[in-house]
Amino acid sequence: MKKILFKTEALKDTVMSYCPGCGHGVIHRLVAETIDELGIREKTIGIAPVGCAVFAYDYWNFDVTEAAHGRPPAVATGIKRVLPDRVVFTYQGDGDLIAIGTAETIHAANRGENITVIFVNNCVYGMTGGQMAPTTLIGQKTTTTPFGRDEKIAGYPIRVCELLSSLGGVTYLERVAVTDAKNIIKAKRAIKKAFQVQLDKKGFSLVEVLSSCPTDWGLNPQEAIEYIEKNMIPYFPLGVVKDKS
Amino acid sequence: MAKRVLMKGNIAIGEGAIKANCKAYFGYPITPQNDLTAHMSKRMVELDRVFIQSESEIAAINMVFGAALTGARAMTSSSSPGISLKQEGISYMAGCELPGVILNVQRGGPGLGNISGAQGDYFQATRGGGHGDYRTLVLAPDSVQEMYDLVQEAFDLADKYRNPVVILIDGVLGQMMEPVDLEHDVKKYKLPPKDWILDGCKTREPRSIQSLYMKEGALEEHNWKLHEKYKKMKQDIKCETQHVDDAEIVLVAFGISARVCKSAMQLARKEGIKVGLIRPITLFPFPEEEILKATEHVKKFLVVEMNLGQMVEDVKLIINSKADVHFYGRPGGGLSSQEEIVNEISRIL
Repeated sequence: MKKILFKTEALKDTVMSYCPGCGHGVIHRLVAETIDELGIREKTIGIAPVGCAVFAYDYWNFDVTEAAHGRPPAVATGIKRVLPDRVVFTYQGDGDLIAIGTAETIHAANRGENITVIFVNNCVYGMTGGQMAPTTLIGQKTTTTPFGRDEKIAGYPIRVCELLSSLGGVTYLERVAVTDAKNIIKAKRAIKKAFQVQLDKKGFSLVEVLSSCPTDWGLNPQEAIEYIEKNMIPYFPLGVVKDKS
Repeated sequence: MAKRVLMKGNIAIGEGAIKANCKAYFGYPITPQNDLTAHMSKRMVELDRVFIQSESEIAAINMVFGAALTGARAMTSSSSPGISLKQEGISYMAGCELPGVILNVQRGGPGLGNISGAQGDYFQATRGGGHGDYRTLVLAPDSVQEMYDLVQEAFDLADKYRNPVVILIDGVLGQMMEPVDLEHDVKKYKLPPKDWILDGCKTREPRSIQSLYMKEGALEEHNWKLHEKYKKMKQDIKCETQHVDDAEIVLVAFGISARVCKSAMQLARKEGIKVGLIRPITLFPFPEEEILKATEHVKKFLVVEMNLGQMVEDVKLIINSKADVHFYGRPGGGLSSQEEIVNEISRIL
């Protein structure tokens, strides 16, 4: 019998704290597989966000630091500028990246910092219990949009890749989704490419991963996947948004 | 022969930092510290070190956080309103036990205030400043030479204690020009190995840096550990005393106020009034012993500050009614003259 599934060295052999059906476990695994395949585990420094993925340092088997809410791109800048031969990436949620950390995100991207950003977009603040995120869809109910997001009160969901695409320092932007095997393989390919852009010293790369939050969406894991397909992907279209690598 | 050059305070800080092997400087424009950022934008690049003009003071302190966690010496500078913005990052650095140097060239406040020199940020600097139960080491030089020297010590102290160090000056000291001996001997500290940094887990197990302690009791344990560290800092207390032995009244002042007090003391002594001076150089930890010792024979103290009374609270806490503690201060950029202080001394006596 041929063994086709292996544990990745870049992921610790431990139980994750994520809810059933949450996308973080899959995305952590894709990042870890990428790091192993590129042979960069021993020179990688990851940055865990404030949010559900703050515990990433308990799961990844390489150097990981925490950063204040929204500040990972600034922390990554500090690390990468003094250690340019290391691989530096941030792992951020929607609230972290494009609400409180908007300035840090845009300016790290615009400076063309040679870092990689894994942006997990699940349209909601997970850890704090399901508040409206900057990417929450119009009509989506959250604990702070109990009647559904109304653009007249709360504005519009932000398409991060499209927003960043005009910036000179940005090299590679792609939006993927972790909904099924086919899309997960595409997500892996995009993440690997983003790290390769950094290894080639070509500048700022970001992969936006549409992910599910069954708990805060009030759906079961299967319904949550369907929610991504039916509601998120039409507003956040998948594919390469920018590639000047 | 000593190499003496005429230098502005802000620039002396930059040159001292470079001498102390500061590898990365991150700054954002705000008056009255801009000449330092401009100076570093040239010097750091010439030396092939890191300079970034960040998008905000928040980003700058988080860049210091990132550089520091790799073991590199890093600093940022700002002035009062900008230092308020940095408090989030300083709190995280204290929680994560990351070294780093933060210069505050104080201006008048609250709010946008003005751009005159002031000392209104004493509380903020000495009480931690951000959220949570932490302290930063605070150094308050009163001359351009001392700025050049102390910034070098600040990097050592930051590494010694794995803690952010704040250098608290003001707009007057920052803009003042004085001769500086660039080869002046500076105290060197015995530094522990940096066996906690993140630089890739090539020859070791992976590490993490965090200030989140969710397990029951874990944060309390961490806070106690930090508390013990802050107590140990007392071994590095710095304080200048002048003419305390025969004094009938002792002035207590730091930074630019201490400079004015030194002139006032000389003026008063010419008039036959025996005035002494205690100048805390470390504002945290505070020189308690020196002040307590003085209370054995001095029964009157006058605290002079460019604020409405901040350090005076620490002095009162230590003296604890063993002597009379008076206060003279002017807020909002008002700088007391030596005559004003002598008049106040005469009034008290």
